Amino acid sequence: MKTFFALIISLFWVAPAPPDAAAILKKVDQNMSADSQIVESTMVIHGRRGSREVTSRGYSEGKFKSFTEYLAPEREKGTKMLKLEDKLWIYSPSSDRTIQLSGHMLRQSVMGSDLSYEDMMEDRKLLDMYTAMVIGEETLSGRKTWVLELNAKVEDVAYVKRKTWIDQERYVPLKEELFAKSGQLLKKTVMSNVSKIGGRWYPKSINYKDMLKNGKGTDFNINNIQFNPSIPAHIFSKASLKK
Amino acid sequence: MKLAFQIAYKNLMGAGLRTWLNVAVLSFAFVMIIFFNGLMDGWNQEASRDSIAWEYGQGQLLHENYDPYDPFSLEEGHGVLPSAIANEFESILIQQGSIYPDGRMLSVQLKGINLDQNTLKIPTPILKNSEADIPVLIGKRMAETTKLKEGDEVLLRWRDINGTFDAANLTIAGVFDSNVGTIDNGQLWMPLKKLQSMTGLDNQVTLGIAKKESNYAAIGGWKFQSKETLLKNLSDIIATKKISSSIFYLMLLAISLLALFDTQVLSIFRRQKEIGTFIALGMTRQQVVGLFTVEGSMYSLFAIVLGAAYGTPMLWLLAKTGIPIPAASQDAGVAISDTMYPVYGFGLIAITILLIIIAATIVSFLPATKIAKLNPVNALKGKIQ
Repeated sequence: MKTFFALIISLFWVAPAPPDAAAILKKVDQNMSADSQIVESTMVIHGRRGSREVTSRGYSEGKFKSFTEYLAPEREKGTKMLKLEDKLWIYSPSSDRTIQLSGHMLRQSVMGSDLSYEDMMEDRKLLDMYTAMVIGEETLSGRKTWVLELNAKVEDVAYVKRKTWIDQERYVPLKEELFAKSGQLLKKTVMSNVSKIGGRWYPKSINYKDMLKNGKGTDFNINNIQFNPSIPAHIFSKASLKK
Repeated sequence: MKLAFQIAYKNLMGAGLRTWLNVAVLSFAFVMIIFFNGLMDGWNQEASRDSIAWEYGQGQLLHENYDPYDPFSLEEGHGVLPSAIANEFESILIQQGSIYPDGRMLSVQLKGINLDQNTLKIPTPILKNSEADIPVLIGKRMAETTKLKEGDEVLLRWRDINGTFDAANLTIAGVFDSNVGTIDNGQLWMPLKKLQSMTGLDNQVTLGIAKKESNYAAIGGWKFQSKETLLKNLSDIIATKKISSSIFYLMLLAISLLALFDTQVLSIFRRQKEIGTFIALGMTRQQVVGLFTVEGSMYSLFAIVLGAAYGTPMLWLLAKTGIPIPAASQDAGVAISDTMYPVYGFGLIAITILLIIIAATIVSFLPATKIAKLNPVNALKGKIQ
């Protein structure tokens, strides 16, 4: 009799539908994106001969305008980077010259880190490039997450597949993996030190790792972040590079 | 004139050790000039031969957007070879990628080449016979840099036509030994069709290597560089090298000419009575100047004979055995073999002989001009003037 009831129950049991991946990503966007941001951060680049730190202050407005000024170490101090739409300029104080990066140059590493200029330039929304679906649930560092798989729906993307782990409660990505067409894992990003800043959850430490290289990758630590501040328009002009 | 030569010969032989010291130094400069220039000419000839065999073929047809000195131009610098001339060229497609030997990232150029080609010495039959999914050939320098050897597998990352990353293991099918570093350093040679399918660049090539010597002046979208144009860069580099290495033997020549000059000045100073006697006996001043000039220039004739005596067997031996070149020098941008064989042409020897004779004559003539101003009576008395 018990078996009969169990069978009946299992027949009529409807498992809870997995949450909509697009809705999850939308909520993640609400946490991670802002109309404007001012971020002071320290990038720790782990190399073969030790680690070095690069401190910078970055201003961004929407997805198309950003300006970064490097503050330390002395060698990089004064280097500035301006991104407007799909163009990127770099000003080097040692040569007092501004150069525009394009084409293959965008694929070079930023200050010897595991990040390329192109990684920093990507400004399209994930849902514009990928179809997303929830493929499971996992627990990461004690936090319950949804595992989302994103498959490219357009041709001109750097990574044909991504997997991302989203905190179910805070709607913050905790881990992301980027794959090649062959399925080879290329890059891994791990977010940690999630804190509540200005009413939203935000990861203050991010580790970028090129999975094909040895080493510990690059840590990106946020020292201070302001959401939606008012940024003067002149910051996002070429004139500000030489100031 | 015959008399001048006879007197000059007797004087030189009479001077003994002083003459032979001058002659020895001058002959050494003579041999060194021929050796260094012969070495450079030998390098030039061998480098040209190797560059044609391994890299240039009978000329190159480059896509108009491709600049061999700008790797960033590889992204746009490719196209389909015009069908009318496609058979006259070996197609090469060049793309960029990264390999990860021992977890180190190394940027490389991926070069796709036809497996049935025989225009270049790249050993493509090795690729043809390989059963690996992505077989590649590397040069000995690349093998040394990456510590890779035949049969090794290493992860390759590249981008397709849309910029999308792909990655797979490649297999080292063989390591070739070439004197041309520019087809070796940081390069992986693989089947053309494989590279085209990996990158989605079907039928696209970056450049074509001409199979036969011909002039392809105007081909839309492509620029032809003749073998001579391509070799000119190499010749220019070697010519520059020739100038820098000439400093050594020109200094040696200058020292020997200075010694000759000194000897002449001393001769004229010490042989004033003899000069006075010549003039008193009826020789004109110009004849006496000529006599001393001939005497000075005869050093060069002696030096050439002496240089030929010991230089010929020595230079012949060096031309046979060659000069070993350190491995580090072979990573320079130009073709250079591990042993360099000097080549001594007739022109080189003739020009060097002329240079030595003319230089010796000039430095002998300059002090001798003082004789024209000598007072013959005072000269006869041996008074210092």
